[in-house]
Amino acid sequence: MTTPVRRSRTPRSRRNTVIGLVLTAAMLFPVYWMINVSLTPQSRMRKDPPDLFPLHPTFSGYRSVLNDQLPYLGTSLLIGLGTVALTLVLSAPAGYALAKLRPRGAGAVGLLLLIAQMIPGIVMAMGFYGIFLNLGIMNTWWGLVVADSTIAVPFGVMIFTAFMSGIPDELMAAAKIDGATTWRTFLLIVLPVSRNAIVTVSLFGFLWAWSDFVFATTLDGGGGMKPITLGIYKYIGNNNQEWNAIMATAVVASIPAAVLLVLAQRYVAAGVTAGAVKD
Amino acid sequence: MTTAHADGLQRPPAVPGTTHEDSRPAPGDPPRGRRGRDRRTRLAAWAFLAPVVIYLGVFYAYPLYRNVDLSVRHYTVRSFVQGGAPFSGWDNFRQVVHDPTFATALRNTMVFTVVSIVFQYAIGLALAVFFNRGFRLAPTLRALFLIPWLLPLIVSASTWSWMLNSESGVVNYVLHLIGVGKVDWLTSPSWALTSVIVANIWIGIPFNLVILYSGLQNIPAELYEAAALDGASTWQQFRRITFPLLRPVSAITLLLGLIYTLKVFDLIWIMTRGGPGDSSSTLATWSYRLGFGSLLPEFGPGAAVGNILILIALLFGLLYIRVQRRQAA
Repeated sequence: MTTPVRRSRTPRSRRNTVIGLVLTAAMLFPVYWMINVSLTPQSRMRKDPPDLFPLHPTFSGYRSVLNDQLPYLGTSLLIGLGTVALTLVLSAPAGYALAKLRPRGAGAVGLLLLIAQMIPGIVMAMGFYGIFLNLGIMNTWWGLVVADSTIAVPFGVMIFTAFMSGIPDELMAAAKIDGATTWRTFLLIVLPVSRNAIVTVSLFGFLWAWSDFVFATTLDGGGGMKPITLGIYKYIGNNNQEWNAIMATAVVASIPAAVLLVLAQRYVAAGVTAGAVKD
Repeated sequence: MTTAHADGLQRPPAVPGTTHEDSRPAPGDPPRGRRGRDRRTRLAAWAFLAPVVIYLGVFYAYPLYRNVDLSVRHYTVRSFVQGGAPFSGWDNFRQVVHDPTFATALRNTMVFTVVSIVFQYAIGLALAVFFNRGFRLAPTLRALFLIPWLLPLIVSASTWSWMLNSESGVVNYVLHLIGVGKVDWLTSPSWALTSVIVANIWIGIPFNLVILYSGLQNIPAELYEAAALDGASTWQQFRRITFPLLRPVSAITLLLGLIYTLKVFDLIWIMTRGGPGDSSSTLATWSYRLGFGSLLPEFGPGAAVGNILILIALLFGLLYIRVQRRQAA
């Protein structure tokens, strides 16, 4: 990375930092407001003017989360992990094939995957609805894993292909001389050096499955196993809208995103720019 | 002026022997395999690809086929479960196109998409240029800007719903402070579309910021130094260097934004359900409402709207692929 002319500690740099702080605060105001409302007692919710700071914090919203939403959080966790597993198993070998083995027809498969990413989720949901209804697998967690994975698999193949293209051929040639099969080479050499790609794909796969609303709401047969997005939606639909409980659930549902940002920021940026920018 | 820049840009010549020689097969390389091994390698290659190909067939092509099938038959709830719906050709499409909601939904989809991506791009670009100045805390603040994009859509949508609430929302409170009267953001037909667009812009800014920022990183700093020596102002530097050199990245960003924004469903459905009336309905929300929004689902017309949406998305998708291919070449 080229260093943009360093002028740290000058008044101009300090001014930029101040502007940056103000802009960030403005951008994140909705997030602050969500937290603020989640701590506001229901009795003060419709107050005019609204409480700008949680001076009378209550945790009753979070208590309702514990009472009502805990099973939904568990379901979402299960669906998220299942989606990650399915996505990795499908996309890592495919990425290897597209990047290094290049069988005939690889280009066509790559193009199909690109097109697959453009299909609106709502259309997929309607197709799945018919199929799931006929097969009687509505409202199963693994049904949602399958549906959610359709968001992540094309992305996963794209990331793995891009990453594995960068692995030097010599590495694989050496393994081949030692008599390793393609499968062993993939398992023992390619996968371990692709750690970054695995992390990126897993992060996004989990986040998308965790956040999914379209599939959850269409493929929900009304049973007890709902993901957290439907838990929030059910709260909103209630007539006595308890906004502190809704916002408390929203805060809890945002935890994976926050964890990701703190622990894996560079993978997030890598995932966003994948396919759009070439280095 | 141009020559001076070109001179400054020239990279040091490659050290001989590092680039060309290495790519040639070394003498010790195994000879091209006999036919048998060759075939085995090809089989192995396909074995690696097969799971995804099967997956695409079962979990993409088949649902899409079902969707097309839905749109050319007359389905009722009964025949949906038991099968045997009569073939009806283009009837569903005809019904949908002649529905007064069609024109509204199409127009709303266009307005929603175009206004969203224009603002997302403009704000994202301004922020990217700003963060590219490299001041203290810049990396941290840039990371924080990602938050809106990472939050589950239902979280953002419900937060904005409450902020835009007519009676108790903080937005109307702030407007009140500066002397503007109450606005029924989500419940008035003239404001509902604006409200969902504002929320969608907020969600999309981080995506544009990150992509455009990494595009800026690839513009050599020497260009700016040379321009500054020539006395170019900041605005001139932006007009003459940043913007033109960023054009390939901008094209990709805008096209990807277009494809993503056409699909948006969650946000609008959670905030307004496409209402009041049809005032914030897009093709995506209308398709869902037809298929799932009432007790008497109209699967056929719903699927027809969905297929029209696919066609529009694919149109821009193919354009995206073309642009990307041309850039790679």
